[in-house]
Amino acid sequence: MPETRDLSYAEAVNAALARALDERPETLLFGEDVALPGGVFGVTKGLRRRFGERVFDTPISESAIIGGAVGAAMFGRRPIVEIMWADFFLVALDQVVNQAANVRYVSRGAVTAPITIRTQQGSAPGACAQHSQSLEAVFAHVPGLRVAMPATHQDAYDLLLAAVWCDDPVIVIENRTLYHTGRRPVGVNGGIQPAEGALIRRPGADVTLLTWGAMLHAALEAAELAAGRGIDAEVIDARWIRPLDLDTVLASVERTGRLVVAHEAHTTGGVGGEVLAAVAESGVRLRSAPLRVGAPPVRMPAAPALARAVVPNALTIADALIRSAAGGSVGAAAEGAADVPRR
Amino acid sequence: MGTPMPETAATQLDFLESMLRIRFFEEEVGRLRAEGSIVGSVHLCNGQEAVHAGACAALDPSRDAVFPTYRGHGWTLACGVPPYALFAELLGRQTGVNGGRGGSAYLTAPEYGMYGENSIVGAGAPIAAGAALAATFDGSGRVALAAFGDGAMNQGAVHEAMNFAAVRDLPVIFLVENNHYSELTPIASMVRGDRLFARASAYGMPGGRVDGNDPAAVRDAVAQAVERARGGHGPALIEAMTQRIVGHYIGDAQHYRPPGELEAALADEPIARLLATLRETIPHAELDALSERVRAEIADASARAQADPPADPSTVLEHLYA
Repeated sequence: MPETRDLSYAEAVNAALARALDERPETLLFGEDVALPGGVFGVTKGLRRRFGERVFDTPISESAIIGGAVGAAMFGRRPIVEIMWADFFLVALDQVVNQAANVRYVSRGAVTAPITIRTQQGSAPGACAQHSQSLEAVFAHVPGLRVAMPATHQDAYDLLLAAVWCDDPVIVIENRTLYHTGRRPVGVNGGIQPAEGALIRRPGADVTLLTWGAMLHAALEAAELAAGRGIDAEVIDARWIRPLDLDTVLASVERTGRLVVAHEAHTTGGVGGEVLAAVAESGVRLRSAPLRVGAPPVRMPAAPALARAVVPNALTIADALIRSAAGGSVGAAAEGAADVPRR
Repeated sequence: MGTPMPETAATQLDFLESMLRIRFFEEEVGRLRAEGSIVGSVHLCNGQEAVHAGACAALDPSRDAVFPTYRGHGWTLACGVPPYALFAELLGRQTGVNGGRGGSAYLTAPEYGMYGENSIVGAGAPIAAGAALAATFDGSGRVALAAFGDGAMNQGAVHEAMNFAAVRDLPVIFLVENNHYSELTPIASMVRGDRLFARASAYGMPGGRVDGNDPAAVRDAVAQAVERARGGHGPALIEAMTQRIVGHYIGDAQHYRPPGELEAALADEPIARLLATLRETIPHAELDALSERVRAEIADASARAQADPPADPSTVLEHLYA
């Protein structure tokens, strides 16, 4: 029965997990500290008690966690596993890229690997270089995977369920800075959404601002700052990085003629560059040079003062919106685009 | 398992047939690769056939799951995949077991309980543990068998899988085909102590070594581990000692092998050994007829596969997503 509950982002994830475990007996939930401890961020609290052996703790063995999920999924289970920090994926990337992404393709659908891998990423004060990376581009590069980045409490619930119901391997990248940001009304027990699709979070006429993950909140703030300068930004939340909903982006850019893509990840080799390329290839007429806002190509420092100098925020995004709106010729706009690395 | 029963002639002949099928298949693959009909890296298993024939004789093809390595033609055939479909796969034909998507080193045949070679050393071990994990929930009684080489014993994923399986009592068997070479490098120079099976005790599971050139011995060891795993008592590690009598890949000159080693391996290879035993009791003509029948089967399968059309490029984007 659809209803609305006041939930934090973490509680919304928990509610989605509980619903999946409740409605789909083939689901399993495992990872480091997820069962008896309830997760390092408290996201999986109470699920072991409620669902018993289907929720269990694992050794600190990311390859065993993801490989175990792949093998179990090949035999009809629907594992939901947690990789505590996105940075930890890197020790088990083989099981994601060489294994999970290949199962369906090579067997022509005879075997599949419907796994959901939850993780969280991004910068937060004091986090070291191995606990703060934004790695969505790494996963988005790989055919066969789906990548979700829920930015809102509602999407923390909806995107996770869409991932679990989807028959593909899905990586759901949450953000720990959102977990405990207060409760908001979240619609629960409604229909399961398809595992794709962007949403316009703020309609606007002058500049298309595409973003995802926790950066959505900085983008919305930036849009308000720009509005104070008479610039009406349309903020699109990509929600799914793969498949990326280019139709929604292109339709918006057709209207505004301007594009800014803001993400916390590095711009070099990033998804923002992919969006700019797709827009350029589409032939849509731009009124100013498209811009990327993201981290410069540098490692992520721990000290808050240093991290602030790397991670985009509402001000740097607003600056890009203003430059985009003021942009004349493509060359002149690129000249002023301080956030675009020169390499 | 108690004392091994004397092998019946029928069982011995089954082993012989299974091993000959693998050997003749590999020899034909070598020929096709040399003439260029098969392209790319091909890893033959000549000399290791007893491991595949023996292990698969202890498994239940209707429910058990095998996860071999890139040296997997022998496993694939021992699981029952028809040589024709395997040739077609290696030849890049539409009729291959995976329509040409897997090739020699990454093919899969789930309908035969063969859940995929793996070209990443040791990567199949965690996946096999996952298949066993599923069995602890689905009541199937499935046992998973992860096969890998001695080199894989130095891969992190294998250790993660063994510990994970042991701590959860998963019905999985880790079978090391110790052919003494981690690709081109002697395993003896890559480990301190050559008793790979002894690592099992560190994970709290039984481990043992078996003559990997004796199919009956392999079958018995695997059967014992299967019985234990199916009974809910967890994983085991079996080290099957064998030798490959060909290169790591086709074209490998094997100059890294000391003089005399290959000759010794050839004198002890499983087919020659079993034939010598059988010739004591079975008329030579009968053995020759069996051999000729399998050889003809392989030749026919190869010819049919070569006549098939290449994989259809219009299908290349299919089956990526649900």
